[in-house]
Amino acid sequence: MTTVSHLIKSFTLWEFLKAHALTLKYFFKPKVTINYPFEKAPLSPRFRGEHALRRYPNGEERCIACKLCEAVCPAQAITIESEPREDGSRRTTRYDIDMTKCIFCGFCQEACPVDAIVEGPNFEYSTETREELLYDKAKLLANGDKWERAIAANLEADAPYR
Amino acid sequence: MTAFFQSLGLPYEWAWTVATLAGILIVSLLVMFSVAMVIYVDRKVLGAIMLRRGPNVVGPFGLLQSFADGLKVFLQETIIPSAANKGIFLIAPIITFTVALAAWAVIPFDAGVVISDINVGLLYILAISSMGVYGVVMSGWASNSKYPFFSAMRASAQMISYEVSIGFVLVCVVLFAGTFNLSGIVNAQQGFGLGLINAYAVHPLLFPMWVVFFISALAETARAPFDLTEAESELVAGYQTEYSSMSFALFWLGEYANILLMCSLNTLLFWGGWLPPLDIPVLYMVPGIIWFLVKTFVFFFMFSWIWATVPRYRYDQLMRLGWKVFLPMSLLFVAATSGYLMAIGHFA
Amino acid sequence: MLIQAIAFYFFATIVVASAVMVVMARNPVHSVLWLILAFFNAAGLMVLLGAEFIAMLLVIVYVGAVAVLFLFVVMMLDIDFAAMRAGFSRNAPLGLLIAAILLAELLLGVGAYNAGGLTLGTPDGTAMQAADTSNIEALGALLYGRYIILFEIAGIILLVAMIGAIVLTFQPPKPGARARQDVGKQIRRRPEEATVMKSPEVGQGIEL
Repeated sequence: MTTVSHLIKSFTLWEFLKAHALTLKYFFKPKVTINYPFEKAPLSPRFRGEHALRRYPNGEERCIACKLCEAVCPAQAITIESEPREDGSRRTTRYDIDMTKCIFCGFCQEACPVDAIVEGPNFEYSTETREELLYDKAKLLANGDKWERAIAANLEADAPYR
Repeated sequence: MTAFFQSLGLPYEWAWTVATLAGILIVSLLVMFSVAMVIYVDRKVLGAIMLRRGPNVVGPFGLLQSFADGLKVFLQETIIPSAANKGIFLIAPIITFTVALAAWAVIPFDAGVVISDINVGLLYILAISSMGVYGVVMSGWASNSKYPFFSAMRASAQMISYEVSIGFVLVCVVLFAGTFNLSGIVNAQQGFGLGLINAYAVHPLLFPMWVVFFISALAETARAPFDLTEAESELVAGYQTEYSSMSFALFWLGEYANILLMCSLNTLLFWGGWLPPLDIPVLYMVPGIIWFLVKTFVFFFMFSWIWATVPRYRYDQLMRLGWKVFLPMSLLFVAATSGYLMAIGHFA
Repeated sequence: MLIQAIAFYFFATIVVASAVMVVMARNPVHSVLWLILAFFNAAGLMVLLGAEFIAMLLVIVYVGAVAVLFLFVVMMLDIDFAAMRAGFSRNAPLGLLIAAILLAELLLGVGAYNAGGLTLGTPDGTAMQAADTSNIEALGALLYGRYIILFEIAGIILLVAMIGAIVLTFQPPKPGARARQDVGKQIRRRPEEATVMKSPEVGQGIEL
């Protein structure tokens, strides 16, 4: 009996027809692809993207040149040099991140005692030359100014879990 | 068309030559354009079944994607491997492309709309499609590289095997139609099924043959699930591994022109060509070429659908299907068909 | 008639040139490809003669199948060209003799044809037009009517040759050899035959 039903099945190509019915069902299903530049997937507040140096609301930069981030960076992507400023406060004269070395582990923002260096939600910063990925202090501060609102919102959203 | 050029004052011979050349130009351009559109449809259907969107950026709904791709390969550099047999390496894609276009000479798009309405149209198509294997074999050999060579050997064995069963299937159709002329075969299908349906495939003796023909057409055009000649998981990209730029594009275009040809053959031989599906006067209001294109497109959709559904055959399974299943089956049906036709006095 | 004349000389020139190239080409694969070109153009000549059925068969059978197998074999041959050329002077007299015989036969054939008395074609060289039947029907009527016995005998001979080839190359599986794969058996296998459902107690495991 099974042989007979098997014969009928193989000559009517039953399993092929079943498979094609299934794929036809999928043909009409809504598509899951996100139309990327116009639509974007939701990002977690903990998303680790492009780096930024933040400022206090009064415009003073947060970084106090403690060099904890430089010490903790496993890829040794961060270089910091510091000198006392005229008013005697301890500030960086140089804060470089080599984005080609960075592995986006997020240790720098964990290590930072003043929430100065953070990894923001921006992930679209591709460049045409390698040199543009060697960020200096001015670039990082500019990033901070540009993304401050998003970064602050993310930090606030994540605060209860820290 | 000849008459039109004659009215311009040309003698008959020259008018005929000019008219034929113009016809060839129009048909080739149309085929090339449909190939471009069909590649887009293929990618769109495959994407849709995989729950993707497919090309949707170039032009409205991505309709111009194929033209963008064409422009891209056109601007690329043609690379000829230093160890390749240069002449044959360059001729191979040209042969594939030319052969794929040449077969369209006898395809009737509508009653009388055909470049060359020859008596042996079906045999001509068989002859031309059997030439198609040379493009693959020559490119595989001339590349002087092992994977293309494997692909060439597979291609030659595969295409010869399936041509045999295609030949027998066509014999069944020709027995019913009594002619090798494609227009004649289409006309013979008018009102074939119970005086109502314009299709050969509704006959219990011809329906299984249509299925065999359809599957053999997949194998003949090296289309999934029989795309062993370019099995990317085993042979890099098969015979076209060493090709780049326009020589690669010619293979690509030739392949799709062949697929379209097989779809239109399905339409012409089994589903009534340019005739509407039902023999009702109202349906004849729609021009025949529309019916032809719609039917061909439906078959192309089935090709893409199958591509998206079934996994690739193993090589021994392919050979088993061709020689141990299709060949005996089609032979049996040739005998059954001729016996049946004799019994009902079809030839009297 | 001008276009036909142009077409004839076009095909004829290519046939002769490619036939010469079959012999002259150094690479055997090139030889086969030239041979295919010759076949193809010979088919063109036959179309000009009005013998379109024969032309198509020539392309389907010789170009489409036989020559592919030729190419297949030649591509995989490993030929020592130096050794082949070494025998040239030794074989040259025999080759010339065969060439002379072929030429004589050709002349004889043309002479006999011009002498008349044959109804193979019309005197101007085109094939005879059967009254109002196509060339396929005329051929069929001849093959299955007048020459039915010869046709059937040819069929039997081919069948015997085919069986002979199969018998010569068929090797029965050796005893003790690895079992041959039976595709039908593989396809017929059902999940119930191949798998067992077990629900073992914790810490007990299953016996295989």
